[in-house]
Amino acid sequence: MDLRRDVFQAIADPTRRAIITLVALNAMTPSAIAENFDSSRQTISKHIQILTECELLRQEQTGREIYYHFNPKKMKEIADYIEPFRKMWDERFNKLETIMKKYKKK
Amino acid sequence: MERKTKVNAVDGKQELMITREFDLPLELLFKAYEEPEIVEQWMGTKVLKLENKKYGGYHFETTDPLGNKHNFSGVIHEFNVNQRITRTFEMENTPFGIQLEFLEFEEVTDNTSKLNMHIVFRSVELRDQLLKLPFAQGINMAHNRLQEIVSKLK
Repeated sequence: MDLRRDVFQAIADPTRRAIITLVALNAMTPSAIAENFDSSRQTISKHIQILTECELLRQEQTGREIYYHFNPKKMKEIADYIEPFRKMWDERFNKLETIMKKYKKK
Repeated sequence: MERKTKVNAVDGKQELMITREFDLPLELLFKAYEEPEIVEQWMGTKVLKLENKKYGGYHFETTDPLGNKHNFSGVIHEFNVNQRITRTFEMENTPFGIQLEFLEFEEVTDNTSKLNMHIVFRSVELRDQLLKLPFAQGINMAHNRLQEIVSKLK
């Protein structure tokens, strides 16, 4: 288990977010996903791998093809949607603190 | 690193609490809310009006990276220096409606202080929608990126 695969890192990348958006609409094969991007198949397949490792996508074999499905449950569970909101305020308050510390020295 | 900012949003309640401890004396924390030039800096907004008194009001204008202007405004009901600000808050042209905000400033030690922000919404749905906004923006960026990619293919 690779601890680097944190879901926020996974969705921090614009290409990976685009992949999630695509697959959320329709289960897709890796080649169908790659067709939507300018990047090389290898690059896209690396992104798919990361998304699969953090369980945002799951594989399903249908006949000879592997389809990637979006896993909304995982998205909900891990992405604790409040976290980006908290982070936004945290950054704002960090800024306040930095500014006022300088102000104090004046 | 310790998470200094906490957000508490109880399921099914139309309110939320944001709390934060600051490595600042109470007076300096309060000043950051009182002085328009300082508000502009940390909120990243333009302060068009800030009347810190009962019956007063405020009006901020923020320009996003795309150049769109967003207006934030409200009226002030209580303004007790170093203690409390009670005000309404409205993000204009959004579906979130008008919120009621209770800001309480507390001294913890001579050099540290705490802010409690209690925000009340008209409904649970509106609160949940607002909480999801930064998250949704991330997903939207993905959509925009997707559109860019798709339009390049044409």
